[in-house]
Amino acid sequence: MAECRHSLTITGETVASILMRNASQHGADVAMREKERGIWKATTWAEYAEQVLACAAGLNGLGVKKGDAVLILGDNRVRLYCGMVALATLGVYAMPAYPGTTLEELQHFVDEAKIVAALAEDQEQVDKILELRGAGAAQLKYIVYDDGRGLGFYEAPGLMSWEHLIEIGSHCLNDAPGLRDDLLGRAKPDDPAVFLHSSGTTGKPKGVVLSQKNVLAAARNGHAAGAFDFGEEVLAYLPMAWVGDYAITVAAALLLRFTVNVPERQETVLRDMREIAPTFYLAAPRSWDNVLTAIQVSIENSTPLKKHLYHFFMDRAIAAERRKLDGMSGGALESLGRFIGEMLIFGPIKDQFGMSRVKNGFTGGEAIGEDTFVFYRALGIKLRQLYGQTENSAINAIQANDEIRLHTVGKAAPGVEVTIADNGEILLRADSVFAGYYDDPNASAKALAGGWLHTGDAGYLENDGHLVVLGRVSEVMHTKSGERYVPNYIENRLKFSPYIKDAAVIGAGRDELTAMVCIDFDAVGHWAERNGVPYVSYADLSQREEVAVLLRQAFLRVNNSLSEPLQLKRFVSLHKEFDPDDGEITRTRKLRRTVVEERYQKVIAALYDGSRKVHVSAIVTYETGDRGTVDRTLPIREV
Amino acid sequence: MTPAPDKEAAKILSTNSIEVLYDNVMLAIKGVSIQVPKGGMVALLGSNGAGKSTTLKAISGLLKAERGRVSRGEISFEGTLITDLPAQQRVEMGICHVIEGRRVFEHLTPDENLDAAAPMSMTRATLNAEKQKIYEYFPRLAERKNSQAGYLSGGEQQMLAIGRALMTQPRLLMLDEPSLGLAPFLVAEIFNIIKKINKVHGLSVLLVEQNALAALEIVSDGYLIENGRVVMHDTAQALKSNSDIQEFYLGGGSATNFHDIKHYSRRKRWLS
Repeated sequence: MAECRHSLTITGETVASILMRNASQHGADVAMREKERGIWKATTWAEYAEQVLACAAGLNGLGVKKGDAVLILGDNRVRLYCGMVALATLGVYAMPAYPGTTLEELQHFVDEAKIVAALAEDQEQVDKILELRGAGAAQLKYIVYDDGRGLGFYEAPGLMSWEHLIEIGSHCLNDAPGLRDDLLGRAKPDDPAVFLHSSGTTGKPKGVVLSQKNVLAAARNGHAAGAFDFGEEVLAYLPMAWVGDYAITVAAALLLRFTVNVPERQETVLRDMREIAPTFYLAAPRSWDNVLTAIQVSIENSTPLKKHLYHFFMDRAIAAERRKLDGMSGGALESLGRFIGEMLIFGPIKDQFGMSRVKNGFTGGEAIGEDTFVFYRALGIKLRQLYGQTENSAINAIQANDEIRLHTVGKAAPGVEVTIADNGEILLRADSVFAGYYDDPNASAKALAGGWLHTGDAGYLENDGHLVVLGRVSEVMHTKSGERYVPNYIENRLKFSPYIKDAAVIGAGRDELTAMVCIDFDAVGHWAERNGVPYVSYADLSQREEVAVLLRQAFLRVNNSLSEPLQLKRFVSLHKEFDPDDGEITRTRKLRRTVVEERYQKVIAALYDGSRKVHVSAIVTYETGDRGTVDRTLPIREV
Repeated sequence: MTPAPDKEAAKILSTNSIEVLYDNVMLAIKGVSIQVPKGGMVALLGSNGAGKSTTLKAISGLLKAERGRVSRGEISFEGTLITDLPAQQRVEMGICHVIEGRRVFEHLTPDENLDAAAPMSMTRATLNAEKQKIYEYFPRLAERKNSQAGYLSGGEQQMLAIGRALMTQPRLLMLDEPSLGLAPFLVAEIFNIIKKINKVHGLSVLLVEQNALAALEIVSDGYLIENGRVVMHDTAQALKSNSDIQEFYLGGGSATNFHDIKHYSRRKRWLS
């Protein structure tokens, strides 16, 4: 059983009221750290609250009011977080977008809500917003930027620095003594905390407004389920537009007084993480896979002795972990091996990747590959699964530390009710469930029919309450002979191979399964250099015979664990990676199956008509918005 | 991309995933694989410090003089492995490297410069015939063959440097930045001559250039090097029309006003 914790009351609380309480009771404690030019700069709760208040007063002074939306555009920055909380204080929609979002996607946001201002990280984002304005978004009156480099000569109306906004806010606060309390009392628990978007694997992303009650309930439930405790050190590196980031670095961080550490840049995350050594770490399966690949590559690169030791201990630890997950215990010899392995191999690896202090490690967002999961557990990181979606503030079911089973995501968190609809769909009811899609009553009615959130995931409950998630309802597929399979499950197994970055399994309504894969350029490139395989580019490398052999091994390994009718028969190694700019995957790197199947229909046809090769031309979109095509002849390979 | 350059065509030079270390620690290039077809003309493009010159030095064997070595991969010239051969032997095999910065003997005349470049084994008659050929390619040199080389203009010195290389009767000519510091019109003149030598005599050329626009006019295909790695390989035509190359190397759409220069760079995709 999950340990019983004293429950946190959040009734009547808002994001701002909790922030103010933290500021008055723990004012001198560090709330946030941000690395700037290599130095970690701390912000205390008192300073955090002041920034938020001044920002809220400033925006209020500019006329931003309830019902308006403000775009948040950039990588994680302390000021952008302050801005988000300030907007929640005012009851205004804070609408974070992925930093790499294209103009076209932003256009969709502008059409959707009344965006009156934007908080931008730097020149790059400001340029994007100015372009957006140029394309007709005249209502976007104010642009506030954090980093002013290169913006000195800009003369756009309404463009101001964060410092300037804070100055306006401070003046307002000084001039009107009652303003402070007025602002703090403005938002109610049902007012919006954040305006996010569903991931949009099918069609356009839908607007999801989470109320302050929703996000705080999610944090409370997560705490009650043992996902995190007071005072965790966390790294704010997840995209701000992802619900998981908001749930942890804003909602849970406020409620449980985390110290949020903001890395200097995306490129330095790994190094910054090592300096911080967070105690709580949530990552999408994709990131866990990436780190795994990094570990495997650096081991390949090390001395024969280290390589040998690594394999000796790792293989045993993985086998032991599998036995443990099957409910068998290892005995004394195993703990001895574990101890020595920890000293020699596991400890140093964890230290290298900044995971030496992780108490609560989580994966969420989509299904994680079983092998990846077992690998980290074997390494000694108590990785657990967390089940959630944008619509329910990310935190719903959590694996308890002593109840890890490979096929389940754990029990529903306290405060969350789970049931299964007749068609096998998982239904949820909790305070953390949103009130409906923004301005889309039809979709809302469908999603919330009968008072339950229809998650769109297929699954079932085991007798003891553990929830099993099979995949998207729309993604449970059948072959021609009626064999049921979940493509995502097989894809994850393929992606365990360090050489495969992305995969799309095909086979619905067909006799046999096949796959299209994208190689991992770093890992395969590295392998090629070690083995004297010449290549010049991704497209070139992905088509090499030697690489095909490598991929074939990965396929054979996956096939071993699949029943005969579901074994993969043929594959194509694609000549370019799936890219969010090309719409093939979402910004959170989930496969957009319909887009991929349509775009590569020639390849898919060739996989089934007995051709030996297929000529394709793929469209690529450059960041400027220009499009180009890449032509290649791809061989069809037998597994 | 346009049809992949035919890998099976006879190639005079190929490097297979070479890696170069300076002083045993400084990694300069990694996994560089390039091929020059027989009688072909290939460009190696990239910005400062990308590893272009290092690649040439690895091929000509001049790395050793700079405490560098090929630590991984192999280089073959006409089917023979040359990775470990000394530089002079490579010259005998027909590889000639015109290093950056047109280093001529300033106190000798162009004529003497050419004499000095000829191999010891060359007979007087061949030497004169070769010289004659070079003067035909570069009439400007013939005009000034008796003045001191140090007084030649930059363009003329570059011509002389190329002329000296030709004196070794190379089969593969490697030119490092021949356009360095030259007026555009001179660049065009020199490139035209290189092109002519390539066409008429079937001399294979590997050209390193920062001046991508000029280089892509005369070569058949090009490699793009960034941070010591080949990131792209395509035909000259395809490279010229690639959006990334245009933005980063051909100066397309870039700011003309200093104020307009951005403090961020666009993500490159390097697709081929």
